[in-house]
Amino acid sequence: MTQLGNANASVVVEQLRAWNPQAVSGVVEYRGETTIVVPKDLLRVAAEHCRENRALNFNLLSDATCVDRFPSEPRFELNYHLVSLARRDRVRLRTSVSGQQPIIDSLVPVWPGANWLEREIFDLFGIHFVGHPDLRRILLPDGFEGAPLRRDFPTEGKR
Amino acid sequence: MTTVETAIGSTKTMVLNMGPQHPSTHGVLRVLLELDGENVVTAVPDLGYLHTGIEKSCEDKTYSQAITLTDRIDYLNPLGNNLVYCLAVERLLGLEVPKRAQYIRVMMVELQRISSHLVWLGTHALDMGAMTVMLYCFREREEILKIFERFAGQRMMTSYIRIGGVALQPPAGWREMVKRFLDVMPARIDEYEALLTENPIWQGRLKGVGYLPAETLIALSTTGPGLRAAGVAFDNRKAFPYSSYEEFDFNVPTRTESDCFARYMVRVAEIRESVKIVRQALEKITDDGPIKADAPGIIPPEREKMKTEMEALIYHFKIFTEGFSPPPGEAFATVESPRGELGCFIASDGSPKPVRVHFRAPSFINLQALPYMVKGQLIADTVACIGTIDIVLGEVDR
Repeated sequence: MTQLGNANASVVVEQLRAWNPQAVSGVVEYRGETTIVVPKDLLRVAAEHCRENRALNFNLLSDATCVDRFPSEPRFELNYHLVSLARRDRVRLRTSVSGQQPIIDSLVPVWPGANWLEREIFDLFGIHFVGHPDLRRILLPDGFEGAPLRRDFPTEGKR
Repeated sequence: MTTVETAIGSTKTMVLNMGPQHPSTHGVLRVLLELDGENVVTAVPDLGYLHTGIEKSCEDKTYSQAITLTDRIDYLNPLGNNLVYCLAVERLLGLEVPKRAQYIRVMMVELQRISSHLVWLGTHALDMGAMTVMLYCFREREEILKIFERFAGQRMMTSYIRIGGVALQPPAGWREMVKRFLDVMPARIDEYEALLTENPIWQGRLKGVGYLPAETLIALSTTGPGLRAAGVAFDNRKAFPYSSYEEFDFNVPTRTESDCFARYMVRVAEIRESVKIVRQALEKITDDGPIKADAPGIIPPEREKMKTEMEALIYHFKIFTEGFSPPPGEAFATVESPRGELGCFIASDGSPKPVRVHFRAPSFINLQALPYMVKGQLIADTVACIGTIDIVLGEVDR
């Protein structure tokens, strides 16, 4: 492997479990990357805890993105990549959102940097973020219909 | 831009539309400026003029086909985009890249970093009214592009870094060519600095402009020279080494002022560090050795073998028709691009085409800091701030 495995993985899981046993509904270790599956309702508080807890100190939100698992349900997977600048550690928080009700709490109150990342997901996947201060399309024109990064949207576009 | 209201001293604000066709927005960025006289009250960036749906297109291509698309995301850093995409695919596959190929990759992306910083320095100096510097910077950039042309056959959209290694063996005479460039470069950097660093106009335009404290920058997810100019020594090459960067000896330049001038100083220092890294890579790269991983079914076989061995012919056919299928899972690879943390997230479902390819584009995320930087500053300072954030619109809009 070109990058080393995550030696701190268990620390993150332990800290989160100690804080709230419900916050961790699953842990995936794959190719040296740690993914912590978080229930949708606890996402914002869990993210806040990851930032505030001194032992975790995930102060930078590196990335937020969505994966559409159409046609399975819940179809959307949201992935948040956190970085701790001091501890030089990375972790991925994942939560699932259903296709019938694509609504989730915004992380802008935790990291202002989530603003444009969530606008991008809103724009391209049509997921609504509750508590986002400025949820508008960002890349596509305002009159555009549909969410082009959904798997059931044709690559050539709708004619 | 005098309106009746400003002439009679009213505090009413006006909205000025800057871009998308404005030379100092470095492409097609549009910024709506709400102005009180000449001071910016709010700035609202408007993006998407260059959105080409690259991430969607990747879902319709096999893993190897998508490499040519990655070139076109950040067109000043195509090799860096190739690298992060290939690292992500290699991680999905669990593929080991030969050391020699890793060193070649390091050398190429560091040359790319120099060329990207040169374009930045040249165009930013042009924005600030110093035209000579641009001509000097493009002169040296040309030398780097000539090296790329010899290596990959292309000056800009090289697609040189491939899954499992690099596309071609280094060309004859490459060592002398790179060495010649390295020998002249340090003196040339001194030349740029002689024109700019002590220049009172340059200092006047940049010092104290666009200040943001480190905590704000971290909260806004800013990375790269912008964050390092605020005193945070975060660099993916040191923090999360990839492609054998841990074997190279280099510093991460930082400043503490966090203004436009500090960002300039950090970038110039980075050019010097990159020269150091390329010099070390030159020593590490042996004359002979493999440039691709040994993974039949994933790496296309050599032409000679394909013509003489049945098995190689079958692999060749399968790779270029069906592609290869990494096991289901996700990978997120990150590299330090000239603009900050460049990431590539790939989700595979075990089929020959990815379910999702996402690029964490540093230009896009760093640009979020613009409204905070320019608040209360002059219109002319907005130009300096856009410049020192160093955006590439191809990457912002993807």
